[in-house]
Amino acid sequence: MSAATTWTIAGVREALQAKKISARELAGEFYARIDRRNTELNAYLTLSPERAHAQADRVDAAIARGDDLPPLAGVPMAIKDVISTRGVRTTCASKILETYVPPYDATAIERLEKAGAVFLGKTNCDEFAMGGSNENSAYGPVRNPVAPDRVPGGSSGGSAAAVAAGLAVAALGTDTGGSIRQPGSFCGIPGLMPTYGRVSRYGLIAFASSLDKIGPFAGNVADAATVLSVIAGHDENDSTSAAVPVPNYAAEIEKSVQGLRIGVPEDYFGAGLDPEVKEKVLSGIALLERLGCKRVPLRMPHTDYAIATYYILATAEASSNLARYDGVRYGLRVPGATLTEMYRQTRERGFGPEVKCRIMLGTYALSAGYYDAYYLRAQSVRTLIARDFADAFQKVDAIITPTAPTPAFRLGEKTSDPLQMYLADIYTVTGSLAGVPGISVPCGKTAAGLPVGMQIFTPHFKEGSVLQIAHAFEKAGGSSI
Amino acid sequence: MKISRKDVLRVAELAHLGLSPEEIETYRGQLDSILSYIDKLKELDITNVEPMAQVIYAPASSTAESNHPELREDVVKPCDVSGPILSGAPDAAKPFFRVPKVIER
Repeated sequence: MSAATTWTIAGVREALQAKKISARELAGEFYARIDRRNTELNAYLTLSPERAHAQADRVDAAIARGDDLPPLAGVPMAIKDVISTRGVRTTCASKILETYVPPYDATAIERLEKAGAVFLGKTNCDEFAMGGSNENSAYGPVRNPVAPDRVPGGSSGGSAAAVAAGLAVAALGTDTGGSIRQPGSFCGIPGLMPTYGRVSRYGLIAFASSLDKIGPFAGNVADAATVLSVIAGHDENDSTSAAVPVPNYAAEIEKSVQGLRIGVPEDYFGAGLDPEVKEKVLSGIALLERLGCKRVPLRMPHTDYAIATYYILATAEASSNLARYDGVRYGLRVPGATLTEMYRQTRERGFGPEVKCRIMLGTYALSAGYYDAYYLRAQSVRTLIARDFADAFQKVDAIITPTAPTPAFRLGEKTSDPLQMYLADIYTVTGSLAGVPGISVPCGKTAAGLPVGMQIFTPHFKEGSVLQIAHAFEKAGGSSI
Repeated sequence: MKISRKDVLRVAELAHLGLSPEEIETYRGQLDSILSYIDKLKELDITNVEPMAQVIYAPASSTAESNHPELREDVVKPCDVSGPILSGAPDAAKPFFRVPKVIER
């Protein structure tokens, strides 16, 4: 094995079963890679070798006994630092949680551990998952492994960069308005946002509870499907998690895409879309047609209202969720003469600029006299956006769009103006608001070598179809189109 | 101008957020431009459109039971986490969190 070996979940399994390497040695190889690259990339914030070695040793003991191996046995994984890990520091990339060590595991973490995964560490992200470039981290930005002068996307930039750079075989991210799909697109790997409620949010530190989803990044679509199979399903600790049966995604992805109707909404190909990205995604759609899909033109008339809707609802929920960081129960406390002074100073010192901006925007939208004009109106427009999707899925099996209007931009290019950063979420927030699943799958590169992502949406709980189309596309050479 | 300095101070107070004088001006400008953009929602007629209060309804094919997975038996389960939780608190005196005095005498 060389440092350049590209590991897949199937490859890890095969190597372990053939005793070519032990889980402990494999974890060691990944820590060596992290040692070499992380200073530059800043993808990991905290490494968890103690837990990783214990997990690897359990897998090695199972192999020695000749036990059947669970689906992720020995697979080195990275976990976004907004997901609670027992005994491993979880910062949300914020100063306010710099020393926070959760006393429990998120349900997704518990399920991954039971499936044999090895947690290498916690990955960098935008503070409290608020951002689209990973530049809002209190611990410095992440660099894009494909082009180190560029952002990896956000908010799950560290998870995407870790997988793209070979510093993890797979990773968990979270997606509220595009935070898995857009970094997947920028770093050139698949990133999947499941249906709202498909994966338990128990132990996911909340940003916007009606929009937050946990989902996987992996080096290929089949690996993303394997991780989803493990983390999906109802959880009694999350009342919004759905009691919808979890299909066998590994079997679903092998189905033919022949005859599937793919909708192409013209609203996603208008002004603001980079011409090179447009050309690649149109070539991607043509490839799907060659694979037997039927292209159907669509209109989704409320697309243009999605950003305004999203930034009212997400910030309103955030202002409420982040009220808990007050210096009383966990994290940072800045002493004050009175309780109120303590709250104010703790939050002033602990939160970064973008988080403060969003708390203020959300507080404003929920405050007396503005609630109807902003929050309630946005909730109604959310219904209209969800109807656009419901209407489209009367006619088509899937919707195909670009993931982001541009390839990865340069570090510092958009940091001065939050609104410009928000507008780049145009193609991802729509599906977030509708609660449908979506993936970004690699769809060629620009002339400058920057990855382009193609986005696939399907109806609620049809992750199998998302993965099936993405897998067929990948197998047909979509990533080098 | 939609947002004044006074609005920023009012919102910061509601959110228990201390702000420096420079931050007040920065956020005034940012909130002003974002809220001006958000005004485009006023273009839409939302008469008779229900606000979306719930993201997902369980599909019709699921059984009556699985339509309400949130309704489980109310069974007491041991949850002995006060030790680890208090040990992560900035100022704890078991079994309490301590805060600055809030009652005037």
